[in-house]
Amino acid sequence: MPKAQMRRWLLLAILVVAFTVLISRMELWEATLRFLFPQESRVLHPRASLLVLVGEHIRLVAISSGLSILCGIPLGIWVTRPGGRNFLPIVTDLTSFGQTFPPVAVLALAVPMLGFGLLPTVFALFLYGLLPIVRNTIAGLSAVPADVLEAAAGMGMGRARRLLRVEIPLAATVILAGVRISVIINIGTAMIGAVIGAGGLGSPIIAGLVQDNLAYIIEGALPAALLAVLADQLLANIERVFAYSAETLT
Amino acid sequence: MIRLEQVTRYYGNTIAVNELSLEVSQGEVCVLIGPSGCGKTTTLRMVNRLIEPTAGHIFINGQDNSQIKPERLRQSIGYAIQSVGLFPHMTVAANIATVPELLHWEKSRIASRIEELLILVGLNPAEYARKYPNQLSGGEAQRVGVARALAADPPILLMDEPFGAVDPLTRERLQSQFARIQQKLKKTTILVTHDLDEAIRLADRIAIMASGKLVQYDTPETILSRPANKFVHDFVGTDRALKRLSRISIQSVIKPSPAIVMDVSIEEAVSVIGSRPSVWVVADDGRFIGWVDMTSLSAATSVREAIVPGDVDEIAITASATLREALSRMLGQGLRNIPVVDEKKHFIGEVTLSDVEAVTAETAETGA
Ligand SMILES: Nc1ncnc2c1ncn2[C@@H]1O[C@H](COP(=O)(O)OP(=O)(O)OP(=O)(O)O)[C@@H](O)[C@H]1O
Ligand SMILES: [Mg+2]
Repeated sequence: MPKAQMRRWLLLAILVVAFTVLISRMELWEATLRFLFPQESRVLHPRASLLVLVGEHIRLVAISSGLSILCGIPLGIWVTRPGGRNFLPIVTDLTSFGQTFPPVAVLALAVPMLGFGLLPTVFALFLYGLLPIVRNTIAGLSAVPADVLEAAAGMGMGRARRLLRVEIPLAATVILAGVRISVIINIGTAMIGAVIGAGGLGSPIIAGLVQDNLAYIIEGALPAALLAVLADQLLANIERVFAYSAETLT
Repeated sequence: MIRLEQVTRYYGNTIAVNELSLEVSQGEVCVLIGPSGCGKTTTLRMVNRLIEPTAGHIFINGQDNSQIKPERLRQSIGYAIQSVGLFPHMTVAANIATVPELLHWEKSRIASRIEELLILVGLNPAEYARKYPNQLSGGEAQRVGVARALAADPPILLMDEPFGAVDPLTRERLQSQFARIQQKLKKTTILVTHDLDEAIRLADRIAIMASGKLVQYDTPETILSRPANKFVHDFVGTDRALKRLSRISIQSVIKPSPAIVMDVSIEEAVSVIGSRPSVWVVADDGRFIGWVDMTSLSAATSVREAIVPGDVDEIAITASATLREALSRMLGQGLRNIPVVDEKKHFIGEVTLSDVEAVTAETAETGA
């Protein structure tokens, strides 16, 4: 692995450790927030410790984004194959339309069908996170130069091999950029899961809004922001692993 | 052997290839040439089934190619595409290894094949094998494309303007390389070019196409001497007589010619010259040295002194040269006859301008 990349992974590891230490020191949070907001009777959300809240949040995002990836990439691949090409316009339209749909509305619609809690939240996040992944998968695969595909076919590579050895490697950075956007959006959007009882870092924020307690809001928002930054770095590092251009390789 | 029977291909309403029938015999090079958009690439792509004909059949060694599994068919046909299409995420070596890997060659065999091919196309393996396509010039990329097409030693080659992007000097080298390899390996080849000289040089037969139709399919000699119609006539140009000379070896016009060694007497030299303008001088072992003529002899006291030295590479040509090269040598050096030597620069005979003229006149007579 090139030196520059090694340094990036090392930096990320240090940041993750620092973050974990930070959220596990509740007494530190209590002291700081009390200093900032002396008028509040409580400065920490009583439901659970930050470690638990961050854990819930990560679980929520991991499940929903995992599902988005598992469905989104194959869907994007399928509509760029001869067999699924007829569905390409529909899927493209749906993804751009879906992006304009507010996640709260999806959530509101999901509750009557799936009840309260984790399930409707995961469902809403899954749908919302699907869009950038599908869109980028389609974009990445469509951007593979026609002459490269012709050469691959002309040399006798089969469909599957062409996809795995040529198309996906060439589209990988664009696809992964879609995954990154999707995950970052989901980390933010997962906050609203707290409204219907899915837990996560949304809990203190919602409580803070309801009770007009700024300390609660900060308790939820700050770790969420840091989490997003870490996830972004992690996925950016993974993207670099798949970049093939000579400059990044030598 | 490749045989196209009444092959037609439509793209929507445009007809790209129109009832094309063509047969390329085993081990022959067929060069497809014609204006842009006349259907050359389309023809190639139908041979390896990248596209299917709208009508007609294509036979590979007697077997209808629509009956052969596309992957298997293509692995046995080397294909160098017009726009090269190297895999940007793979090194030059990995690009070349594509088909051998598909055929499950052993690693060591693939490695030595890569090296062999890079040398063949004039790229230093140590320098180029690990490069990525975006680090290559257009001409270098094109040569890698050719190496990739040749990688698994396929019996059939389809080459779409394989030397289009390289400089004239390299192109000439690659062409003669190709001609030499072809003589040895005898691949059944369809090669597309826009360069008539390349076609004349490499083709066993030239297929001239226009708007999807085959206009004339003949040996280069026949195309040049008897163009089938005005289109071909205009296509081959007004210098076709000259072009034809590049297909004819000087073998038939090499004439034995007297030569003297350096230490004969002046009298002897004069008698050998007789009515000729000059006489060639060779060393004892037969190597070519120069010539003497009456003027140089009259001013000298010995033959040795009278020799007009000739740089072998400048004035002499080898027996494998073409009439065109001989003619250009004569015109360039201002000589009416030039010596012919073998690879060891030993004197064989001479070629005279009047003999070359005679062949040229013959060409013009039999022409349209
Ligand atoms: N995929 C395609 N869709 C529609 N028309 C096409 C397609 N490919 C080729 N054509 C048309 O078919 C005709 C023949 O094209 P082809 O590529 O075979 O020409 P060519 O002889 O190789 O030309 P060039 O010398 O410029 O490479 C052209 O008129 C071209 O516009
Ligand atoms: Mg073409």
